[in-house]
Amino acid sequence: MTDTYAVEARDAVKEFGQGAGAVRALDTVSVAIRQGEFFTLLGPSGCGKTTLLRLIAGFDSPTSGTILLDGQDITDLPPNRRPVNTVFQSYALFPHLSVAENIGFGLEMLGRPKAEVEQRTAEMLALVKLEAMAGRKTAQLSGGQQQRVALARALAPKPKVLLLDEPLSALDLKLRKEMQGELKRLQLETGITFVFVTHDQEEALTMSDRIGVMSGGRILQIGSPREIYARPTNRFVADFIGETNFIPARIRGGAAHLAGGVELKIGQSRADGAATLAVRPEHLRLVPQGMAGALSATVSHSVYFGTDSHVHLKLLDGTELVARQQTDPDGAGEPKPGAVVGISFAPGAVQVLED
Amino acid sequence: MANKAFSVSRLPGFSTMALLVFAALYLPILMLVLYSFNSGKSVAVWEGFTLDWYARAWANQQVKEVTVRSLVIASCASVVATVAATMAALGTTRRKAFKGQTFIYVMINQPLMVPEIVTAVALLIFFASIKVATGYQGLGYLIAAHSAFCIPFAYLPIRARLEGMDLTLETAAADLYASPWQTFRRVTLPLLAPGMIAGLMLAFVTSLDDVVITVFVKSAGQDTLPTYMLGQIRRQVTSEVNAISTVLLVLTVVLLTAFFFLTRKKD
Repeated sequence: MTDTYAVEARDAVKEFGQGAGAVRALDTVSVAIRQGEFFTLLGPSGCGKTTLLRLIAGFDSPTSGTILLDGQDITDLPPNRRPVNTVFQSYALFPHLSVAENIGFGLEMLGRPKAEVEQRTAEMLALVKLEAMAGRKTAQLSGGQQQRVALARALAPKPKVLLLDEPLSALDLKLRKEMQGELKRLQLETGITFVFVTHDQEEALTMSDRIGVMSGGRILQIGSPREIYARPTNRFVADFIGETNFIPARIRGGAAHLAGGVELKIGQSRADGAATLAVRPEHLRLVPQGMAGALSATVSHSVYFGTDSHVHLKLLDGTELVARQQTDPDGAGEPKPGAVVGISFAPGAVQVLED
Repeated sequence: MANKAFSVSRLPGFSTMALLVFAALYLPILMLVLYSFNSGKSVAVWEGFTLDWYARAWANQQVKEVTVRSLVIASCASVVATVAATMAALGTTRRKAFKGQTFIYVMINQPLMVPEIVTAVALLIFFASIKVATGYQGLGYLIAAHSAFCIPFAYLPIRARLEGMDLTLETAAADLYASPWQTFRRVTLPLLAPGMIAGLMLAFVTSLDDVVITVFVKSAGQDTLPTYMLGQIRRQVTSEVNAISTVLLVLTVVLLTAFFFLTRKKD
């Protein structure tokens, strides 16, 4: 591993339109993606993730800021001079070319000898398991096969970085699961840095080495899937990824004070003042009412999901919470609506948010 | 019983009207084709089947001469018009909308809207001064005039094709190291080809049957097939003209059928 990053964006700003009507799609984004990493840009639509990808590919140029590839400033290079390839959301396969011609297109444009183009095309066809389809026109392929051709076409020129713009969103659920595994396999086999754009949190969690969560043109948090899920630093990240309970609290002297005089030790050092605590539903424990250190809550209702059930609760101050509980075979432990119970949580499960 | 939904086809006389319109459109053409095979001299009395008129038209040296001239003009004009129309279509679709874009559309399609006779008179006067200045008397004037009024016919199918094209394909080509010229040559042009061929054929047919502008612009001895036929009919209506018209009709139908198949949306 070298000490330069595969891709870097430094203070990248992208505005569309001019003057007062300008829309800021990217707001001073800085991110450094490591060599050989599977990096995911995750966020809702309109968060700027595709804009950032287009800046790296060179389809758009930043209003200000720089884009670096392997430590080299490529901000002003046109897309055809960047050793970066893209898998498009719509695949964008050339309809007038065969599968093999599509895959060989990049190398041919680079002026590589015919023998090399053919050999590499054959390798890529084998890699995506489409040897039998080499002569077909792309319109004759299924969605999943077109997806593979798009991948092979983008990987054939051995790019330094592969950009993937929501490549799985057009596939049905079963095929998407299959392609997730396939993508991960290709990334490990080729060792190429993948920058993957998605709005699907599950996709991001299962595939990525690191995730950058985006909203409103900014990157809010960068970290491993575990860090992002277990240690969200702000409310948006906590809310966007998985389900979360938010509990208002007051920080005083290194402890969080909750309604009803409950005090919780927190791991992080925080300035005194109002704060929001985030706790995942699976980390809430229902205990007998009145137990020391437990919050009092009323059960509103519970929803049975098979392996677990979601118990909806209301704190005394009106805050609504959801606790996820494993179900008993006979349903004996199910709390009844209207029952008053205690809630406890391990201090490690509680995350103090920035906002 | 429930009320039947209103349907225009159930209005009284609707079918009769439709039949009448079709008859008005196709009966004369049918008569033309039929009498091109009539063995008698009359174009009103059927006397028997013959291919004589076709043989005679084929043997007629003058018919050969004007046909070749028509084909030369139509070929040159349709190629020039298609090239110009392709560039115009690229210029009006492959960039952001700009002020005065509608004005440009109107300018390009002007020959469809301005009465042909006006263009014809304008060209007559314009070319007359060039003829005086240069002394050139050749076919160039007819080719230039035909190219000009054929441009909108070539422009419309090409623009439709360009507008239906997925721009991501060009982005993808650039992403795969194609220079702008390579992108155009390897992606845009092959995908545009059906539109260009369709435009070429429409322009060809349009040029082939033009009379008004040709009559005004041509010099002596530059008759094209339609103006020759017009001259013949002025003297006497002969079945030879019927035969030539029938051949033209077949040629046009073949070209327009090919046009239809080329512009049909592929799934």
